[in-house]
Amino acid sequence: MNTLLETVEITLTVNGERVKRSVPARLNLADFLRNELELTGTHVGCEHGVCGACTVRVDGEIVRGCLMFAVQADGCEVDTIEGLSDSREIEELQSAFVLTNALQCGFCTPGVLMAAQALLRDEPNPSRERIREYLSGNYCRCTGYQAIVDAIEAVARARAGRSR
Amino acid sequence: MKAPRFAYARPASVAEALALLDKHKDDARVLAGGQSLVPMLNFRVAAPKVLVDISRIAGLAGIKVTKTHVRIGALTRHVEIERSADIAKHLPLVAAAMPHVAHPAIRNRGTFGGSCALADPAAELPACALALGATFVVAGKKGERRIAAADFFKGLYATALKASELLVAAEFPLPKPGYASAFGELARRHGDYAMVGLAVHGSTQGGQFSDLRVAFFGVGDRPLLAAHFARALEGRTATAKTIEGALPKLDADLAPRADLYSSAATKLHLAKVLAGRVLKQLIS
Repeated sequence: MNTLLETVEITLTVNGERVKRSVPARLNLADFLRNELELTGTHVGCEHGVCGACTVRVDGEIVRGCLMFAVQADGCEVDTIEGLSDSREIEELQSAFVLTNALQCGFCTPGVLMAAQALLRDEPNPSRERIREYLSGNYCRCTGYQAIVDAIEAVARARAGRSR
Repeated sequence: MKAPRFAYARPASVAEALALLDKHKDDARVLAGGQSLVPMLNFRVAAPKVLVDISRIAGLAGIKVTKTHVRIGALTRHVEIERSADIAKHLPLVAAAMPHVAHPAIRNRGTFGGSCALADPAAELPACALALGATFVVAGKKGERRIAAADFFKGLYATALKASELLVAAEFPLPKPGYASAFGELARRHGDYAMVGLAVHGSTQGGQFSDLRVAFFGVGDRPLLAAHFARALEGRTATAKTIEGALPKLDADLAPRADLYSSAATKLHLAKVLAGRVLKQLIS
C-alpha cells in the first residue's frame, strides 16, 4: 500500500466475524465500530486517549479506539464489549459490577470492563492499589471508583478461591 | 474532535517510507503507534496532508543485545520494553521508567521510536536515552547516520531528525561495572504526564559518586542534564548528606516555566525534592 489513499478497503475480524468495508483513512476505530458496524457499546468520550471509554481489544490487547484509525486495524482481530459480553467472558465481572453498584450512568463501564478483564488475565490476584493503578486510564465521573475496585477485587478473590 | 482529512500510505519497507517522506517533506508525518500523533490530529494541532504509516515495516521492531549495546528498534512497543527480560537485566533504568509511561492501553500501541521522535518534553524515554548516553540511528536517502541523544533533542517537540529522515532504532551502551541507575517521577495521577521526572545513571563504586548523568524531564523544553548538580557530587562520598548539600546547585541547572498546574517556583521545588529521593534511591 505504497500509494496515497483517502479511502481504504479494509478486512478485519470483529467479535469473531469477518468484516470488509471501505473507510475514509481519517475514520477512527471507535467511530468505525459504532457508526459502520452499529456496535455502540464502545463509547466515545474525550477523543484524545485520556478517558478510556473507547477501550477495545486489538489482537488480544486493550487499546484506545479513538487513538487508532480503522485502516490500522486492517487484518486485525478486534473484540468489543458486545463480543466479550456475548461470549460470557466477562460474566463474573458484570455480575460483580451489578452487585456492588459499580456503575451509575454506565458511560465508562464498557471501557472499565475491558481494562479489568485485561488486568485479571495478566495478574489474576492484584492488590486494591494495583487495581487503582491499572484503571488510572479509565475515567468514571459517577462512582468515585470505590465500588469499581470492590467489584474487580471480588472477582479476583473468588477466582483465586476456586483455583485453590 | 476528529482528525482532519489526510491521504494515507502504508509502505512495506524503509526505502519506500523514505521515498514518500522525501517526496512530501513537511506535508507528511510518520505514523507509528499513533498514541501522541492521533491526539494531535484530533485536536487539530497537527494537520499533515499525508500520513506515512510505518507500523507494518518488517525489521523495525524488537530488542537486541550485543556485546557492546542494547538496540531497541523504533517500532518496539512500550509493552514489549516493559515486559522484556533483556531490558530488565541490562537497562534497569528503562525498565523502571516504563510503568510511568501513560496507561496499559496506551503502552500496548505506543512505540519507542514514536516517543523519542516526537520529543515531548515530559516524556520518560528521551530522558532515559540522555542519561544512558544512547545513540539514535536515523535512516535517510543517503544511508544511515548516528546521533547522540545529547544532540538529538533540540527543543519543544523538536529533534535533529530531518523531514525526509526516519528514526529506525536507538543503541544503548551496556552499563559499565559499578554503575547504577534510578528513576522517579511526580505526576498528579498515575500515568499522567510528569510534573517533574528524573532519570539518573552513574557510578557509585567504592561509595563515591562518579560520572553521574542526571536527566530531568518535564521542567524544560527538552530533557535536561543537570551538569552543575552532577559536578557538585563528582568524587564525593555517596551519602544522603552529600546529596542534600548539592541540591541548591539545581538552581543553576533548571529554570522551569510555570504550567497549567504549578508555578515555576513549585516546579523547581519539586525537582529538588525528587532529586533528593532519586539520588538516595541510587545509593540504597
